[in-house]
Amino acid sequence: MPTDYQTFEHDVIVIGAGGAGLRAAIEASAAGVSVGLVCKSLLGKAHTVMAEGGIAAALANVDERDNWKVHFADTMRGGQYVNNWRMAQLHAQEAPARVRELEAWGAVFDRTADGRILQRNFGGHKYPRLAHVGDRTGLELIRTLQDHGVHRGISVYMERTVVRLLKDGDRIAGALAYDRERGRFTVFRAKALVLACGGVGKAFKITSNSWEYTGDGHTLAYDAGAELIDMEFVQFHPTGMVWPPSVRGILVTEGVRGEGGVLRNSNGDRFMFGDIPDNYKPQTAKDEEEGFRYVLGDKDANRPPELLTRDHVARCIVREVREGRGSPHGGVFLELQTFAQWFGKRKRGFDAAEHWKKKLPSMYHQFKELGGLDITKEPMEVGPTTHYVMGGVRVDSDTQMSRIPGLFACGECAAGINGANRLGGNSLSDLLVLGKRAGEFAARYAKETAAGQVHADQVDAAGRWALEPFERAGDENPFKVQQDLQDMMQDLVGIVRREDEMLRALEGLEQLKRRSARCKVPGNREYNPGWHTAMDLHSLLTVSEGITRAALVRKESRGAQFRDDFPNKDTANFGKVNTITSRGPDGRMQVRLEPVPPMPGELKDAIAAEAGGKLPEELK
Amino acid sequence: MGQATFRIWRTKPEGGGEFRDYPAEVGEGMVVLDAVHQIQATQAPDLACRWNCKAGKCGSCSAEVNGVPRLMCMTRLDDLPTDQPVIVEPMQAFPPVKDLVTDVSWNYEVKKRIAPFKPRPADAPDGTWRMAQEDADRVQEFRKCIECFLCQDVCHVLRDHHKHEQFVGPRFLVYAASLEMNPLDTGDRVPELKKEYGIGYCNITKCCTKVCPEHITITDNAIIPLKERVVDEFYDPVLKLIQLVFRPRKK
Repeated sequence: MPTDYQTFEHDVIVIGAGGAGLRAAIEASAAGVSVGLVCKSLLGKAHTVMAEGGIAAALANVDERDNWKVHFADTMRGGQYVNNWRMAQLHAQEAPARVRELEAWGAVFDRTADGRILQRNFGGHKYPRLAHVGDRTGLELIRTLQDHGVHRGISVYMERTVVRLLKDGDRIAGALAYDRERGRFTVFRAKALVLACGGVGKAFKITSNSWEYTGDGHTLAYDAGAELIDMEFVQFHPTGMVWPPSVRGILVTEGVRGEGGVLRNSNGDRFMFGDIPDNYKPQTAKDEEEGFRYVLGDKDANRPPELLTRDHVARCIVREVREGRGSPHGGVFLELQTFAQWFGKRKRGFDAAEHWKKKLPSMYHQFKELGGLDITKEPMEVGPTTHYVMGGVRVDSDTQMSRIPGLFACGECAAGINGANRLGGNSLSDLLVLGKRAGEFAARYAKETAAGQVHADQVDAAGRWALEPFERAGDENPFKVQQDLQDMMQDLVGIVRREDEMLRALEGLEQLKRRSARCKVPGNREYNPGWHTAMDLHSLLTVSEGITRAALVRKESRGAQFRDDFPNKDTANFGKVNTITSRGPDGRMQVRLEPVPPMPGELKDAIAAEAGGKLPEELK
Repeated sequence: MGQATFRIWRTKPEGGGEFRDYPAEVGEGMVVLDAVHQIQATQAPDLACRWNCKAGKCGSCSAEVNGVPRLMCMTRLDDLPTDQPVIVEPMQAFPPVKDLVTDVSWNYEVKKRIAPFKPRPADAPDGTWRMAQEDADRVQEFRKCIECFLCQDVCHVLRDHHKHEQFVGPRFLVYAASLEMNPLDTGDRVPELKKEYGIGYCNITKCCTKVCPEHITITDNAIIPLKERVVDEFYDPVLKLIQLVFRPRKK
């Protein structure tokens, strides 16, 4: 039976309405084309609301020594030099304008004493660089874009999930979606299509990500023939909640450490002082006193070791726990009391409780209400949580277009800018800068191109596939398959990886694929979470395989990837290459290595200038 | 920690609905949304509910728990009497879609009617503005709103009197306040507050403030100052407003 569907037509369709999708839609709309914005949830609920700490941009409001070159060098160092240098350059150059623009659209950032946008310290950033609103910056960003966007004539299609991209020959022609409310199909026909679907965190058990993070953008692009890049690099944020069990994984912002929070093991040792990588030694505090002076804005002080990059801090926490120095529930302690005591001695009338409630309001409430703990008085228990995927759709650095004509990607589901590890605060700026560029170039592409044909056979095939879980005679529960996948990925392809475990994971994935093909759901098509989960399994399994295969190919430890069997960097073999994942002619997933594009001398100089005049091995 | 019973509203395909009881295992620190997920995964895969962040930041999982509008993800079971069934039902002020999901699209339409932010010319040549933190503080309180619409749900003007056409509800009075009190904004929404947004319908019972999961003092900090602006701006509105505010309401 042919699939029944309604058709909507726009010049540009944006899939995903988090920060990147909204910014892309606003830009495309401003270019004068008709824009449709399709999102899985209600507008304004996307994962961007979870971003807490801030938006990295070299505004130089707090430290006038900051500029785009330093931000660029920090981003490249954090990404261990396998980043796409051109994206990192554009990002550092354009982020300040994107932040100022938000203010013009109504965002109300925290202020400096002279009334400008305040910036805070964050891991891996040399200077205080994150424009923020307490610890709810993501909410401010998404609400600002949403409220600005609804007056721009963008058509918003809420609670619709895209299951397949539709192509006309090689080029993109549209997408097939179902709506959650009634389960009806919709064809979105478009000249250009922007994927802004976020990440893959729901492939893991312990994650800070919401149900939406099932790797849709990655999988839609991969299925349509695009390439994925850097899939082995999954960021485990060092500080997620670990107790009580029901909140395990919920994010504890890096802002806690940026504001003076320190990490301790069960012996009370501040263990981060014991493990500072050589390339960060010159810019890390020598003692507690210097670290706290940095937190207070002393320009002669270096940052405390808690503000080293996320990959490193996460691994140190895992080590402490494995070696028996963890907290009662399998994490470590993060506490604000040491800084408060130190600061209290220097500032008369300092009220620690009020100070933290003002600086970290949502953390205060999160722990108070979900953990029954007062963070102004007691230490938090924290441990690593799956947070972000550096890998994603491979796109052109200037236009954000994939190798499929008319298919663009931005935000977390695109890749390149972050290399092996993303710095905190760079995702909000990434989604603004590259989201804007994706919208701009998608609109330009749409203006120059006629619409492709939507082919009925593709729509029918996708529609039949979507309805299979109702019709098959299977016995599998999709929630159980999803849970088993998350357990397996957490155990075998998590923060510490080994070849034998990952090979087992590949076998496990094949079994899970077979089980997912036997998933049966009861009920009808109306708002049926079991059905939705059954369909999500396809993308979760695809990205899980992508992560595992790419991680196997990179036989070294770099950034977010830590290989127990190859614990060191192998710059000669892997320091100048990216993994590229695509579907081979036989229909199987394949991974190959490609050289990182050579960096121009001017940018090498910017990096050398920040590394004591020496160029890192990767760039020689 | 044992078991508890969850009495959850289930709609029927033919229309209407009924409460059905589901047992669930209760663990330490669990919230109502955990129980709903457990029931979904093990007993009722088609049980519909909205959720996203599960950390009180997105405002998706609004429902009524034991008759109180709350976020399911922030309602801990150890704060509820679990020796009795925990009653979970959808928000009552909006049309039902399925089970715990309601049609909140009216809120999105209302927001479009409110005049957007319109800043004064930039203060500095680089296109930036200057604002004191204490001025930012006032607006930031309103901008904490996560649009869970629980305040809309509890507001009797909407919930009991169904004045959706005449009254924008507490959420959008807070939104209007965030624009009106933004020191950079040059718009004037006071005439609309009176005529289109129906601020006079609010009789300051403060129910909205009580249910706000973000602890925004909706009535005192947003609605009352806006009411004062309406009073100030119109020539002889005082008597009319008093009549509106203090008129006895039929229950």
